[in-house]
Amino acid sequence: MENKKIIELKSVSKEYDGETVLDSIDLDIYDKEFVTLLGPSGCGKTTTLRIIGGFVKPDSGELLFDGVNVIDVPPHKRPVNTVFQKYALFPHLNVYDNIAFGLRLKKMPEKEIYDKVEEMLAMVNLRGFEKRNVNLLSGGQQQRVAIARALINSPRVLLLDEPLGALDLKLRKDMQNELKNIQKKTGITFIYVTHDQEEALSMSDKVVVMANGAIQQIGTPTDIYNEPVNAFVADFIGESNILDGEMLRDFRVRFAGAEFDCLDKGFAPNEKVDVVIRPEDVDVVAPEKGMLCGVISSVTFKGVHYEIIVNIGGFKWMIQTTDYTAPNSKIGLYIEPDAIHIMKKSEFSGMFGDYSTYSEEMDHLSDLTEEEMEYLSEMDEEEDESE
Amino acid sequence: MKKKSLLGQAAAAPHVVWSVLFIIAPLLFVAYYALTDADGNFTFKNFGALFTAEYLEIFLRSACFAFLATAICLVIAYPVAYFISKTSPKTQKLLIVLVMLPQWMNFLIRTYSWMAILEDTGIINTVLGWVGLGPVHMINTAGAVILGMVYNFLPYMILPIYTSLSKLDPRYVEASADLGCNAFGTLLHVILPLSRSGIISGVTMVFVPSISTFYISQKLGGGNFDLIGDTIERQFMSAYNYNLGAAISFVLMILIIVSMTVMNRFGEEEGSVVT
Repeated sequence: MENKKIIELKSVSKEYDGETVLDSIDLDIYDKEFVTLLGPSGCGKTTTLRIIGGFVKPDSGELLFDGVNVIDVPPHKRPVNTVFQKYALFPHLNVYDNIAFGLRLKKMPEKEIYDKVEEMLAMVNLRGFEKRNVNLLSGGQQQRVAIARALINSPRVLLLDEPLGALDLKLRKDMQNELKNIQKKTGITFIYVTHDQEEALSMSDKVVVMANGAIQQIGTPTDIYNEPVNAFVADFIGESNILDGEMLRDFRVRFAGAEFDCLDKGFAPNEKVDVVIRPEDVDVVAPEKGMLCGVISSVTFKGVHYEIIVNIGGFKWMIQTTDYTAPNSKIGLYIEPDAIHIMKKSEFSGMFGDYSTYSEEMDHLSDLTEEEMEYLSEMDEEEDESE
Repeated sequence: MKKKSLLGQAAAAPHVVWSVLFIIAPLLFVAYYALTDADGNFTFKNFGALFTAEYLEIFLRSACFAFLATAICLVIAYPVAYFISKTSPKTQKLLIVLVMLPQWMNFLIRTYSWMAILEDTGIINTVLGWVGLGPVHMINTAGAVILGMVYNFLPYMILPIYTSLSKLDPRYVEASADLGCNAFGTLLHVILPLSRSGIISGVTMVFVPSISTFYISQKLGGGNFDLIGDTIERQFMSAYNYNLGAAISFVLMILIIVSMTVMNRFGEEEGSVVT
């Protein structure tokens, strides 16, 4: 990604009714990049997008397009287009007129508009839908119209605000691929907002993880997953066991009552740290061969793997393994140095990464009598039907 | 179609009785009087009597005045409704009450007040006299009659337009701006079409009372501008010609039905707002 910077946010802040939504954000976005703003609801990701689109004016800070401050430029003069959450297709116009909207404003000859609309419809697989009423389209079709309506204007940057949020899982997967392909084909910079970490990891060139109105980490999907900077990122992206640890010296860390080799360095001697271990990076071995030992408190079948909750000295770990082990049996854990990731302590330390509540819930479920289980499954079925 | 339950039918009964008594029966009476002479014999003579220059002029004038009043109401009401819908919810409530406030006063009193305002020795002319611009003759003119209509029926234009504008999803406005549309273009291409249902109800609610009004023209027009409503009133209240009065009412009704049909057709044509 050695392209030039197209958008720069410089210490951008925004408050609503005295509540800080964005706290001095700095963010550079490069040309032709697929950038995802990822975070839980209320983290400030949508506000950031709306500031770039021009719908929200920040209280302070600068927004540069190609190095020029555009804070005072109204939305209709910015070289960006938006795919809105729930699409916002004009209900009084048909598919063709919705897509042609932007070009008609540019006073393009109707013949050229026709060619471009047809081209767009072909790209989003909606040929033959020109005269359809947009209100009668399915969610996925409306989504495609919204994308075509934005892309036909050949924006420098396309903003997408949780565009797949209203679609069902299968359709979402298809649209993820399609969006990624469109982005590659057109070479337009995409800024994509989502709270779905899987979506972010599979589509993006760069992920920006946000929480509490601040950017926690910026990096490639693999960086974010393998090298999270703090407990929030480690927990939000995938599953993580996060333990209190102590960095004894470079490449040597102590946690869960034992010492381990690791690949991290550069901490002060005996510095308190957060240790992240991904559930899939732990090997289950016989108790006598394990570096740590614990008792299994629950096992859940997940299809590809089993999810095991293990109690080790009161801390409950989540482990994913393909081999079945019975609950209440004793197992050993073997952890390779490269499975251990060390993070500096942060405001999020101690808030995430312990599966004790999780396993209690599981325990509770398995404690139910057969009658209760039957009742619960019936409730589920009823819910399915009503959908 | 499901058959309605006994209870459902019973619940609908008062409405049916009410409709028959106060809507269908009066219509039948109008039809009866319109199609009979003073002795109760069947005739088309009453309608024939309307095809004179005098009555045609009255119908034409009523339609023109009502059309003008409706157009002026629309031009005034749209910006007002738009402005109200842009204020904070609290202010919106207050402004809507203010719009309705004059309606709490009696219609006759309001019209009399306008007489006092517009008269040659009225408030406006007194002020104009002080600054050396007056007096301007205003009372008993066509303008005064139309002003009376606009004043009295304006709230019925503002309210439905305001309702449709306040329900308009701001995302459509944002989408329009996003696609390169400036504020005026957005108004023209997005806001106006999306508030069409409000405009249509507003136009209906102003046009119908305007074309059938009878009091305003007498008081503010000084009897110089006979409208359909005045003519009907005169047939019933002073000429005691119920048959002719009923025939005029009938024609007025048809006139209204035709204009409303045209109006609604116009509304349907351009888009598919209704889903």
